[in-house]
Amino acid sequence: MSRTPVVARNATADDERLTDAVRQVSAVRGRGLRRSVLVGSGLFAAVVVVFGVSLSFGDMVMPLGKVVATLFGGGDGGSRFVVLDLRLPRALLAILVGIAFGLSGAVFQTVLRNPLASPDLIGISAGASAVAVTAALLFQVSGLALSASALTGSLVAGAAIYLLAWRQGTAGQRLVLVGIGVGMGLSSIVWYVMARSETTDAQEAFRWLAGSLNGRSWGQMWPLLIALGLLVPLTVLAAHALRPLQLGDDAAAGLGAQVESGRLALLACATALAGVATAAAGPVGFVAFVAAPIARRLVPGRGAALPQAALTGALIVLVADFAAQHLFPVQLPVGVVTSIIGAPYLLLLLARANRVGSGG
Amino acid sequence: MSGSAFLEKGREASADGGKEARRKRSRPVLALGLLAALAVLFLTAVASLAIGSGDVPFRDVVDGVLDPDTAVKGQLIVQEVRIPRTVAGLLAGAALGLAGTVMQGVARNPLADPQLLGINAGASVAVVCSITLLGFTVATQFIWFGFLGALLAALLVYGVGSLGREGATPVKLALAGAATAAVLTSITSAILLQDRGSYDQFRFWQLGALTARGSEVLWQVSPFILVGTVLALALGPQLNALSLGDDLARGLGQRVGAIRMVSALAVVILCGAATVVAGPIGFVGLAVPHAARLITGPDYRWVLPYSMVLAPVMLLVADIVGRVIARPGEVQVGVVTAAIGCIPFIWLVRRRKLVEL
Repeated sequence: MSRTPVVARNATADDERLTDAVRQVSAVRGRGLRRSVLVGSGLFAAVVVVFGVSLSFGDMVMPLGKVVATLFGGGDGGSRFVVLDLRLPRALLAILVGIAFGLSGAVFQTVLRNPLASPDLIGISAGASAVAVTAALLFQVSGLALSASALTGSLVAGAAIYLLAWRQGTAGQRLVLVGIGVGMGLSSIVWYVMARSETTDAQEAFRWLAGSLNGRSWGQMWPLLIALGLLVPLTVLAAHALRPLQLGDDAAAGLGAQVESGRLALLACATALAGVATAAAGPVGFVAFVAAPIARRLVPGRGAALPQAALTGALIVLVADFAAQHLFPVQLPVGVVTSIIGAPYLLLLLARANRVGSGG
Repeated sequence: MSGSAFLEKGREASADGGKEARRKRSRPVLALGLLAALAVLFLTAVASLAIGSGDVPFRDVVDGVLDPDTAVKGQLIVQEVRIPRTVAGLLAGAALGLAGTVMQGVARNPLADPQLLGINAGASVAVVCSITLLGFTVATQFIWFGFLGALLAALLVYGVGSLGREGATPVKLALAGAATAAVLTSITSAILLQDRGSYDQFRFWQLGALTARGSEVLWQVSPFILVGTVLALALGPQLNALSLGDDLARGLGQRVGAIRMVSALAVVILCGAATVVAGPIGFVGLAVPHAARLITGPDYRWVLPYSMVLAPVMLLVADIVGRVIARPGEVQVGVVTAAIGCIPFIWLVRRRKLVEL
């Protein structure tokens, strides 16, 4: 933003104050933008570093040079198997799942202006889980059909919540309440199905419900990649409706924003994002909830900070999955780790915040 | 309270044509209503004794309660299964209703609920730890862990929620609760994933059921529930003062910190006890106080006793539904409360602006 204010030649004190003010404002704006870009790049770099580490580290530690060579078609059969078939899909999946959850949570929290309104809390993930668990345990569905059922579940839950909360528009608070209600109802279905099924099946479902990237392969990667390829641009397109929405419904309508339709488009994208991510890795806890607040804390005053939130989500899931595989005495599902590292950070943010709750 | 939400409220109030203006009901009417609610509770308890997944003639039900002859199968069922089950419903229900009300009052937060603020999760994780790490199998052994877990979770949530500049604002408290609940649930999962046997025990306990405990446990828990009930019912005037906001409450000469401490104590005792009796049951503590407020208006001196009576009604009705819905099997009560609790709750949320707390 470069604005050269028009300054009268014989500048009075008033004019000087004005130019001074304008200069200060544009300096602040520039700083904000610079910081936003800087933070985004920093997060991206961190994702790349952790990605590299998770490719080279494991039961068989591989120097980074060898990993890169393997990625570009070199390497022997063993290293090709380890990197290309085991580690690469898992790490990529972690990144994609993190992007999906981070973006989804950021959109929900911003659109509904409520920090509690993340998909994992208002029943969207629960919808995906309920349909998927029911399909898997009662109807022995698996594979791509299972992913489809999780996506269906999230969309149906999202639509139900939206319709139930609709009353001359949807208010953030009401939608969150309705969502929590729907989520609890759906969770109880999950538990009931699990209590009715065989121990081993229930155990398996329980592992999936904790959010896990274990034994993930290219099979889970492609649907998610294609879905993200569609949904991320759509979300970005819809996101220019976000900015007026943050001012509140009335102000946004005054600015000529199509409040309800813009909101609906955004929420639909975010719901689908949460659904496809849940389909791929189970309801990985806390990523959607925590990514946006962290991103906003890193880039204050930039509104929704969607790209930063997506990158934060990716980083959280990558680090958590690495930790889940290598840093604990037992193999844990990634969702357990995201919760255990994500939640305290949120608590820390809360504890240090002067005001939480404005603007989500 | 953001400006937009304020505008929203204004719009809603005008849209309802002032229908939502708080009605002041007179005390005799409220007292009569409470008696009526007690009558409903009595009938529900009788139904809970009479209806089950097996058929027992009503004659045997009456004899089974008053003068049990254990040679008769029906009377044995009533004596051994249905009475403990009904008592468990009464105890756990009353505890959950009161705990939910006190939490909503203290947090000034319509979303406050033992499940949402992580207190149930605290009790669960402690119970799971005691099962897996210490090999406890008897409820009397892990009862204390349930309390301890509830207490620690409550302290953590409240401590974190009240750090920072503005103290425990409703949003911060709810966020802290959600965060804590998620962590504790994850820890529970992590422990259970390592240990197949415990998971098998836990997946039934987690549903919340009134059949899970013998009458011995009920005897042990009832003193706690009594103490918690007395504490909670005594808090009415203080919660009324708190609902005006901390500053006004202080201006009225209330000691805000002390009120919060006593409330937290009551909530922990009640939630811990309810979790021990029936496992983690959601929704009752959340939905019942709102239903009670519909009848009484915002005066906590009335909301508390109404919640205490209405919550066991809800829990017992849910349990009865669970017994007959999937005969010959049963659906655990926690599933039913969540499933049927959804509907009135959502209706409540839609129908009116939630009473400002």
